[in-house]
Amino acid sequence: MAGHGSSTAALLEASPGGVSEEPARLLLDHVNVSYGGVLVLEDLSCQIEHGDQVAIVGPNGAGKSTLFKALVGLLPLRSGRILIHGLPLGHHQDCVAYVPQREEVDWRFPVTAREVVMMGRFRRIGWLRRSRSLDEEAVQRAMHQLDIADLSSRPIGELSGGQQQRVFLARALAQEPHILLLDEPFTAVDNPTQEATLSMLDQLQRAGVTTLVSTHDLSLASERFPRVMLLNRRLVAFGPPALVFRPEAIRRAFGGQALFLDGAVVVDQCCPPGSHEDHGVKP
Amino acid sequence: MQRGMAAAVIVGILCSVVGCYVVVRSMAFLGDAMAHAILPGVAVAYLLQGNLMVGALVAAIAVALGIGFLSRSGMVREDTAIGILFAAALSLGVALISSIQTYAVDLTHILFGNVLGVTISDLWLTGGLALFVLALVFIFFKPFLVVSFDPVLAATLRLPVELLRNLLLILLALTIVVSLQAVGVGLVAAMLVTPGATAYLLARRLSTMMIWAGAVGGFSSVAGLYLSYYANIASGAAVVLIATAFFLLAFLFAPRRGWLWRLLKR
Repeated sequence: MAGHGSSTAALLEASPGGVSEEPARLLLDHVNVSYGGVLVLEDLSCQIEHGDQVAIVGPNGAGKSTLFKALVGLLPLRSGRILIHGLPLGHHQDCVAYVPQREEVDWRFPVTAREVVMMGRFRRIGWLRRSRSLDEEAVQRAMHQLDIADLSSRPIGELSGGQQQRVFLARALAQEPHILLLDEPFTAVDNPTQEATLSMLDQLQRAGVTTLVSTHDLSLASERFPRVMLLNRRLVAFGPPALVFRPEAIRRAFGGQALFLDGAVVVDQCCPPGSHEDHGVKP
Repeated sequence: MQRGMAAAVIVGILCSVVGCYVVVRSMAFLGDAMAHAILPGVAVAYLLQGNLMVGALVAAIAVALGIGFLSRSGMVREDTAIGILFAAALSLGVALISSIQTYAVDLTHILFGNVLGVTISDLWLTGGLALFVLALVFIFFKPFLVVSFDPVLAATLRLPVELLRNLLLILLALTIVVSLQAVGVGLVAAMLVTPGATAYLLARRLSTMMIWAGAVGGFSSVAGLYLSYYANIASGAAVVLIATAFFLLAFLFAPRRGWLWRLLKR
């Protein structure tokens, strides 16, 4: 644990998070990520503490999903590094769980809700072994918690949009991660699912899980999250909502999409085509 | 006839089970391309008087990896890459075959299959390879499931995604080559897709889908061979027609997903 001390110290200057003696749970150090030859994330540095909950906001194309894909090791870093518990990506096998955006899932795949949740345990079970009762219990618990235990043998394609999302949340729970990434979990879901998601986040916070949530919902971000990351290909601001959501920061992140009336800020975030598509979500 | 029947059943089951991946991963076009890409390999093997099956296997794997290489560079889409290589390999095969003076019986059998000409050593080879492929499908069921359903989770769980994808392509190539003698180049693709598509309509899970597909494929082979014997039609065609009949039945009457069910539910 001695090797990374100097790097943490060097980064503290850039990080607005404050001084901490403990190694950060998640540390981004001058991270550059490109996607399809285009640099999407530029020189991103920040330190996210153990058990923190961060809402990631920014306009479309700001690099929110790209950041997540880099965090799970799906996109290589062009330069810089990402440290989890002071060690680079890949050292901790089961550490990061990722709940994808709905559009990234093939809902016609022949797989039941329970099977999807069990996939979160595959790494622990071992790829070539059968599941143990320990894993069965973890799956059962996760499904109970998200109130989908009675759907376990249903194919995922027959579930409603909110139920589908809860299946993926249960999978993330069953994975027992240290860091949880949720990509747009509040887009196009019903109210019960949004509440289930938020209460799951509360519970995970008590368990010390670090959570990063990307969202378009700025008021939700400011009301329900202790920390906000404002992103527009670069880090615009990072800290408590009251400090982040200031007119100049919002203008820098959203540019012409933000409109400033006296005392009020209006942000027009037209969602990308397709993100409001009906996937069986009941209004 | 008995040997032919055994070979047909093995091939029917093998194609159908591996075909489940073809169906759920939308690789039908790729399977068709690989089957046709086998022609030049077979022709070259014939000219060199080598083993036709080895030639076919080399060609199928070369095309599979070639498609992966062309599309990974991102300069052309995967279906475009498949289309180009598919046509090129087919043309090369036809060119090579037309240069061969004597149209050998063996080559027409590669095209259309000759299940009744199966020798006892053919049968052993077919059975051995089929067992090998099915064993790998069974052993790697979980990694293949995750890679097919959710490549992002696969990466999160640090699965070797590229390696598994290539392994799956090699299993597909082996399956096609093993099946050549029974159904021929033209109809392998149908045996890969049709029983799998039938099973897709009946099953909720990939594992049960594979069992259904194997049952449909195996039964279609038996029924097809009887049909070909009594109606005196080509055996490969008869097998595929029976499998298609099963698909139509499932399409119309499958519980929950069938046409009739949806009609009544409305």
